Amino acid sequence: MTHEPPMETVSLRVNGRDREARVAPDATLIELLRGPLELPATRFGCGTERCGACVVLMDGSPIYSCTLPAAAAAGRAVTTLEGLSEGGNASPLQRALIAEQAAQCGYCLSGIAMRATALLARHRDPSEDEVRAALDPHLCRCGSHNRMVRAVLRAAREMRESEGTSA
Amino acid sequence: MSALPTSLAKNPRLGQWLRFRAEGVVEVRSGKVELGQGILTTLAQIAAEELDVALERIAMVPAATGSSPDEGVTSGSLSTQDSGTALRFACAEARALCLEAAARRFGVSAASLRLADGDIHAADGRRTSYWEIGDAAIEGRDATASIAPKAADARRIAGRSVPRTDLADKVLGHARFIHDLALPGMLHGRVLRPPSPGATLASLDESAAQSLAGVAAVVRDGSFVGVVARSEAIASAAIERLRAAARWNELAALPDASRLDEWLRSAPRETTVVADRTAGGPRPARTLKASFTRPYLAHASVAPSCAIARWEDGALHVHTHAQGIYNLRADLAIVFAMPAERIVVEHVQGAGCYGHNGADDVALDAALLARAVDGQPVRVQWTRADELAWSPFGPAMAIDLEADLDDAGEVLAWRGATWSNGHTMRPGRAKIPTLLAASQLATPFERSLCVDPPFASGGGSQRNSVPAYDFPRVRVECHRVLEMPLRASALRSLGAFANVFAIEGFVDEIAHARGEDPLAWRLRRVSDSRARAVIESAARRAGWGSAKREGFGRGIGWARYKGAGAYCAVAAEVELTHEVRVRRLCIAIDVGFAVNPDGVANQVEGGAIQATSWTLKEAVRFDRTRVAADGWEGYPILTFSEVPRVEVEVLQRVDEPSVGAGEAAQGPTAAAIGNAVRDAIGVRIRDLPITAGRIAAAALAEETETA
Repeated sequence: MTHEPPMETVSLRVNGRDREARVAPDATLIELLRGPLELPATRFGCGTERCGACVVLMDGSPIYSCTLPAAAAAGRAVTTLEGLSEGGNASPLQRALIAEQAAQCGYCLSGIAMRATALLARHRDPSEDEVRAALDPHLCRCGSHNRMVRAVLRAAREMRESEGTSA
Repeated sequence: MSALPTSLAKNPRLGQWLRFRAEGVVEVRSGKVELGQGILTTLAQIAAEELDVALERIAMVPAATGSSPDEGVTSGSLSTQDSGTALRFACAEARALCLEAAARRFGVSAASLRLADGDIHAADGRRTSYWEIGDAAIEGRDATASIAPKAADARRIAGRSVPRTDLADKVLGHARFIHDLALPGMLHGRVLRPPSPGATLASLDESAAQSLAGVAAVVRDGSFVGVVARSEAIASAAIERLRAAARWNELAALPDASRLDEWLRSAPRETTVVADRTAGGPRPARTLKASFTRPYLAHASVAPSCAIARWEDGALHVHTHAQGIYNLRADLAIVFAMPAERIVVEHVQGAGCYGHNGADDVALDAALLARAVDGQPVRVQWTRADELAWSPFGPAMAIDLEADLDDAGEVLAWRGATWSNGHTMRPGRAKIPTLLAASQLATPFERSLCVDPPFASGGGSQRNSVPAYDFPRVRVECHRVLEMPLRASALRSLGAFANVFAIEGFVDEIAHARGEDPLAWRLRRVSDSRARAVIESAARRAGWGSAKREGFGRGIGWARYKGAGAYCAVAAEVELTHEVRVRRLCIAIDVGFAVNPDGVANQVEGGAIQATSWTLKEAVRFDRTRVAADGWEGYPILTFSEVPRVEVEVLQRVDEPSVGAGEAAQGPTAAAIGNAVRDAIGVRIRDLPITAGRIAAAALAEETETA
């Protein structure tokens, strides 16, 4: 039997907390997240960046965790679906997704929610077409697209309104 | 006393359907499973309604063999009808038994008791509750259907839109799909699928995979090859070593993908007559003929098929997202030649499910691999490429239609014929297992052949093949093709998708031939008032008859699913640019009593979007030997930007029985799109998918013909 290559330690910030875990040198970020970090909401769909189920945020930008080497996330800040409601409060987007009942099986939802979170962070008033274009890298087979788009628009509206209130 | 509903007659023990927990929760067990369609929410509403408790008190228990009622497969849009009806009667009776037990205890009449969210109050202030006496009250009792469920006007929970009970968890990242189960000591399995459907393993050098650190076992049984390893990554690496070391005998046994209709019409077949009302009638002035086709379609769920299996002391435990836990168990029992009672199959939510997908197959994979590591659970998750190449396909179809017309262009006689493999190969229904690996073992089981359910119970290829119009004479034949080079089975709506596409396209042609508006033609030839209501509603919402923009077209299609289920009409608006874009779908749906109207709308909307994808984009690609196994690149589906606006109107009919919603929109959507394309450019595309290339070719052919 061949010897296994030694495990490597990866340190990164996940959902606002410093985490450290040992993974195989060729491990992908999704393996790190779903494995030792026990964050299963990030979903494996294809492994080739074609469906978007695995998308998480790295330093605020959407990335495909199914192909990104775990080592490439060292020292970076990663946010997963679990991190959107850290502290028990659902994010405006999560509340909107529930209000619109924007899923059927819900498997593709994690990646879509992360992509939409990134969109809303840089664009406070996206048009419907802009939301669709932003979500185009994501596949949904159940046909929940329109409800998800409505949810993103609803979240944007509510975020603008609450900014207005707090200002 | 009314007759027991089917599911309740088969599983009469009330305690198998519901139990009362001391903490104020009703555990409800259904044999139907959550596939992303929201059925557990609907069933919970029904239970809460009949028991008169808050919806939050209902805990739907995932189905498991042994403890859950056997309700067969969660398919055919029958769950609300079957399990829902069983639960209505079971819960109504349980409520009455609880009140009787309380009445006996207090020495008062049951009628004098007041029930409030599970608490039972006597007039003198004494009280008890479901939680205290419920289980004892129903203990040992079989359902009698002697207690009538609530009348429509007494319902408070069923019939209202409620949020899905599982969605908040999924949105917040709490949900645990089968992919997330991490059982103690769990290992990971992978299967080396053959390079082509007919391939057999000639030789295999296992040494390179065996020697990989972390590999627990390499399993070979005939042409079935797999590994068990400490991690998914190691299993995957081992499979790549095996792939490089395997030699296969392959056969060029697949039909020509560009001439599927020719193969379907020439292959051995079994012919049945679905409808035959042909006696007499005048001679026609002319006869219209047209042929329609659809290719093989893939399930293409975003979630890969997954299962976990563990053997211990000769007993097998399986976690699955299959549609039928008892059905899967029956097939596993045949493969392993063991009593079904030695197998437990538990349902866990998995991929969004649109028919017979790979869930059952991957469960056998896991069980075969787990035999090599007795006592340890083995999790198997299919790769994307395997998912698209090896899940059963929705079968290709050809449909021939003919209409004899009189001088005025009215239909005197209609003839139809379908050519297709059967549309179902479900596990647990035959003497041979239908699971993928079963035919690849050293002692192989015969490969299963798809069958068609009888037309009276909905049919398969012949589903919705008989037009619902008042034609004086109708003859419809079903040619079931008896060779099955590509493994096929049930895909959402079965034959109805293509049959409705064809029939509704052809009646448009008949209307055009008379110079009549297709909507007016339909309303003139449909007498069923519920059918007329959905057609009129969809057309009104779509602004039928109003001015159209250049390059746009409108079309309508409708059907009553299976001739006995939901009525659904779809009006489509398409735009033809350099490609076909469906801009808007206006849908009206009548499922009888809609228990959760928003759930119905969600299913219908999703079904219509999926059907739009089938109609415009999808076809399984293969050459004479191999199915393309290149993942999403080779099987594109509709994207966010391509998805049309969808408006769904649920026509609530509180006094009608509930029927399923999930498969009603597929055929009407395809038909409406096909008709809208014809409306936009005057060319009819009869072969799915309707691509820009096909439109250009058809337009060219028409020009040549005219010239």
